[in-house]
Amino acid sequence: MIPAAFEYHRAATLADALSLLERHGDGAKVLAGGQSLLPLLKLRLGMVTDLVDIGAVEGLDYIKEEGGFLRIGAMTREVELERSDLIRSKYPILLDTAAVIADPLVRNRATVGGNLAHADPANDHPATMIALAASVVAKGPKGERTIPIEQFFKDVFSTALAPNEILTEIRIPVPSPRSGGAYVKLERKVGDFAIAAAAAQVTLRQSGEVDRVGIGLTDAGKVALKAGEAEKYLTGKKPDAATLGEAARLAGQAAAPTADRRGSVQYKREMARVLTMRALRKAVERAGGRA
Amino acid sequence: MARHQIRVTVNGASHEVEVESRLLLVHLIRDQLRLTGTHIGCDTTHCGACTVLLTGPDGTPEPVKSCTVLAVQADGSEITTIEGVADGEELHPVQEAFRRNHGLQCGFCTPGMVMASVALLKDNPSPTEEDVRRGLEGNLCRCTGYHNIVRAVLDAAGTETPT
Repeated sequence: MIPAAFEYHRAATLADALSLLERHGDGAKVLAGGQSLLPLLKLRLGMVTDLVDIGAVEGLDYIKEEGGFLRIGAMTREVELERSDLIRSKYPILLDTAAVIADPLVRNRATVGGNLAHADPANDHPATMIALAASVVAKGPKGERTIPIEQFFKDVFSTALAPNEILTEIRIPVPSPRSGGAYVKLERKVGDFAIAAAAAQVTLRQSGEVDRVGIGLTDAGKVALKAGEAEKYLTGKKPDAATLGEAARLAGQAAAPTADRRGSVQYKREMARVLTMRALRKAVERAGGRA
Repeated sequence: MARHQIRVTVNGASHEVEVESRLLLVHLIRDQLRLTGTHIGCDTTHCGACTVLLTGPDGTPEPVKSCTVLAVQADGSEITTIEGVADGEELHPVQEAFRRNHGLQCGFCTPGMVMASVALLKDNPSPTEEDVRRGLEGNLCRCTGYHNIVRAVLDAAGTETPT
């Protein structure tokens, strides 16, 4: 399959990329790793007049803790999350997520920023970033702004980014001690989009109760879902089978998946409940508690 | 639509070619450079038949699906295709192990399997069976001949003696 014709521009710097976007207007789109965008263009599900490739822009590829945040450069590839000792030791939820995105060949090119900016509710990073209470940094001609992740996704394939803005960084608050997270995904086969998947990030109090919890669901509506009711319910409670079960029930109830060949609405909702339960249990375990 | 002058090094040979923006790397390799060992299977980023090695940001060759890379994105890169892994008449150890272990049935997925396996072993010279199975998750064999493919990779690594 061959995409419809477009013009290609390789940006040398971020400023260059921004001016290219400005010049080419609404029909222009940023090309990161291309592992979602190119298939979409090949299938002609989307059209662009111009692709602005930011693959050669330096300084968008890093994983570091700084100023109380884990900062991930938007062009960081999934394979780099998998290889990072910092991610492995301190952010296992991100390793869980990266490891189930497509397959190793795709992960050699697919980027974290692209996974988010593509805004496919079936992508895996959005739910994880919701659980982690992340925010994204957008740069535009007028400077930089930070967007909390729950305000970032607007609709299927649609985000809060203006056409002349570029997502440059993902910021995740460095978790306090006694924190843990997990991402659990059910897929028909390796590399597929999720039937359902759940991300949970938990911080426990010294006394064992849940101090903070973030729960995100993949493929549970037009945008990745923040299971707010479930989070509210669980906060302040001891995480045991009963409370985690109730939180999972609330999360499953909030899920609004669409029926497709991966399953019916009822099935996907039930899987959202089960996977939330598993993600919560694993998160609590990793936080050093017992569930 | 404007065309782009790009330079790629494929299997050690430098090529200066003119490409349309939308030309896919796999089409450059097959149709313009006439290296037809790289196959197009699903054309939707699933099957891995089109796997080639492409130098990444730090210059390391990495396996990628060439149906999901624009030729123009590969400007300045080095590419290795299945035609470039053997040393003249002498097969690459991975190719030799595929032959010895009957790691192919119809052979359509084989170029991609070999390229992914070459990269896998460079990254992890003594993989476990699990490592091999996980490492080849992006390559599908419609004959479902996975057992012998995995066996071949383990054999090439010297971690399993063929039976």
